[in-house]
Amino acid sequence: MNKIWLVIKREYITRVRNKTFLLSTILLPLVMVLFIAGAIFFAATPEGKKKIAVEDRTGELEKFLKSDTSKMIFSFNSGADTSNFVQKGYDGLLYPVDSTGKHFLLKTPKAASNETMDRIRNRLSTAYLSSKLLEKNITVEQIDSINNASSSYYTVDNTDEKNKNVNAAINSGIGFASGIIIYITMFIFGAMVMRGVMEEKTSRIAEVIISSVKPFQLMMGKIIGIGAVGLTQMLLWIILIFIIFFAAGTFLPSDVMQQVQDIQNNPGVMSSNPGQFSAAAKGIANLTNLNWPLILGCFLFYFLGGYLFYSALFAAVGSVVNEDPQEAQSLMFPIVMPIIFAFFIMSANIDKPDSPVMVWASIIPFTSPIVMMGRLASSPPFWQLAVSMLSLIGGFILTTWLAGKIYRTGILLYGKKPSWKEMIKWIRRS
Amino acid sequence: MSLLQVQNLKKYFATQKAVDDISFDVEKGSIFGLLGPNGAGKTTLIRMITGIFYPDEGQIIFDGKKFDPINDVAHIGYMPEERGLYKKMKIGEQATYLAQLKGLNKSDAIAKIKEWFIKFEMQTWWTKKVEDLSKGMSQKLQFVTTVLHEPKLIILDEPFSGLDPVNSNLIKDEIFKLAQRGSTILFSTHRMEQVEEICDHIVLVNKGKKILDGSVKGVKNQFKENLFSVGFEEIPKNLNGNLPFEIVGTKDHAFVVAIKSGSKPNDVLNYFLQQGVNVISFNEMLPSLSDIFIKLVEGTPLTRQFLPKETVEQASN
Repeated sequence: MNKIWLVIKREYITRVRNKTFLLSTILLPLVMVLFIAGAIFFAATPEGKKKIAVEDRTGELEKFLKSDTSKMIFSFNSGADTSNFVQKGYDGLLYPVDSTGKHFLLKTPKAASNETMDRIRNRLSTAYLSSKLLEKNITVEQIDSINNASSSYYTVDNTDEKNKNVNAAINSGIGFASGIIIYITMFIFGAMVMRGVMEEKTSRIAEVIISSVKPFQLMMGKIIGIGAVGLTQMLLWIILIFIIFFAAGTFLPSDVMQQVQDIQNNPGVMSSNPGQFSAAAKGIANLTNLNWPLILGCFLFYFLGGYLFYSALFAAVGSVVNEDPQEAQSLMFPIVMPIIFAFFIMSANIDKPDSPVMVWASIIPFTSPIVMMGRLASSPPFWQLAVSMLSLIGGFILTTWLAGKIYRTGILLYGKKPSWKEMIKWIRRS
Repeated sequence: MSLLQVQNLKKYFATQKAVDDISFDVEKGSIFGLLGPNGAGKTTLIRMITGIFYPDEGQIIFDGKKFDPINDVAHIGYMPEERGLYKKMKIGEQATYLAQLKGLNKSDAIAKIKEWFIKFEMQTWWTKKVEDLSKGMSQKLQFVTTVLHEPKLIILDEPFSGLDPVNSNLIKDEIFKLAQRGSTILFSTHRMEQVEEICDHIVLVNKGKKILDGSVKGVKNQFKENLFSVGFEEIPKNLNGNLPFEIVGTKDHAFVVAIKSGSKPNDVLNYFLQQGVNVISFNEMLPSLSDIFIKLVEGTPLTRQFLPKETVEQASN
């Protein structure tokens, strides 16, 4: 036990001290946060105020087309035309294309966003509504108050209780992202184990070590040591990401944070009155409403379980190949296939998390670490989660046992790569 | 008293008998040579003695008790023929790690390593990496890590391959010193001139069987052909009368003579003295171990047959 601890310590310390470990630990969360921030910026950040010059031939629009002071300002009789509106400081020019005065064109230096077009259409239809209502002797004040009330008079909620406050898309996005992270890390750390074993074999230190330590101890020490490196990196990433998010929170406008708090304090308010909150506030509120302990707990479990399941197999491959990395490629193929297959199942069925293929794939240990993370968002039944976890534990005990048999023979074997038949013989024997 | 007794050891692999009923004793404090051509079963035999393989049959007695790999490996230092080090690891840390695996605690390990590094003039190496070392330098480091924990039994498989004569001598001297201080050394090689210099006792294995066992002197005497070299100031021209010997060769100012049965070396000398020639040297010519080795091994033509890869199969434990 003491010796396996020495092996673990060496594997852990030599890797954690490595510069690439430090660099990747710090850079990856930064890249992720930048990526997410960028996505939010382009998707959710409202566009700036737009100044639109309107060429109003009938004079009708001036009365009813109201500027929306925070988003859009309409100017009439500005003297701007298609050639000079940019110089005059306008973002766009709205002008009628025919004599009816009903069909307008918006000229902008660059293509206008959908949001801008929707807003103009919306304003125009409100303007038409207002003009017609005015003809029916309803005052401008009455029209305004009806308009304000209309958006929150009727509300609708989903009957599915678990989805009440949590945006399902964000939820499954988190599951999908965790699945991808487990997929990638399984390759990274699995390959790390394989290269470690190959290094011991090709540098011919294996026999020296094996004369003091049992081959199984050496293999397990390596697997556990590198697993601890992976776990350290994961925990550092999680901590760093949380720090960055909280730090980013202080840079958010205070009204957004206020809205987030309102949503958190009164969960019903978001569905009853969605118009009053910005997209950013809703997104943040949804993130904080997720069942983080379950997601993080499962993430760490499936990361470790999946790692242990596959790293033993990677170790076995590392032990039978020689200097030539080409040999490793062909032997890795059957190990890599189920991992890629799992990722494929998860990506293809992320929107139907309770379909039979997802349920089975989330229980079979070859695919469960990735697929179960993708299902987690839709709260799979507890018994399925339990069966999946137990079969993963059983699975890695089995792969470790099998790999140990191949490893202890392979690590001392130089020369030609053994065939599958020979390796099966090694497993059967003794 | 024997430190190591190997009794009827057998290890069969699927395609061959790698070790087939081999027995020998290794005396405490002796330097023991385990000889044999490539593929004779030396490595398999050593792997059983170091606890890497379990024998199929037979037993190993280590220091008076049945060999118990888990506890006894701490008293064995093994430098395999296929040896290496972690390339990216610093030399001091690497030596400490290997010593700790042999059961030394960290501070003892460091103190001992420093002692050895001074002895081998390696003090400045501590923070260097193995990849910065030449082959000979890493060989020295490997030797240090093998003997560091003061093992009772030191097993060296081809310890001098790749070393220059200066470093070879350095290590040879250390081997003698270790033996004087009570360590037992099992030395596996097929370089016979080194065996003659170093070993007290040898065992020759071939095709998994022991074919020779004895002291270096005893083995040489066993295979001597009663050849003597007689040196003269001037080679005598005519040899008359009843010769007690046959001349089998001439070189420079000497005859190589084979004494006829029934005669003694003194008869040869007497004959030349009576002839009145000036004898300046008279030596018995013992066969070199190399000659004996070749003679014994060549008798069995398929010694170097192609070794199937199953050699290390069934690494059972």
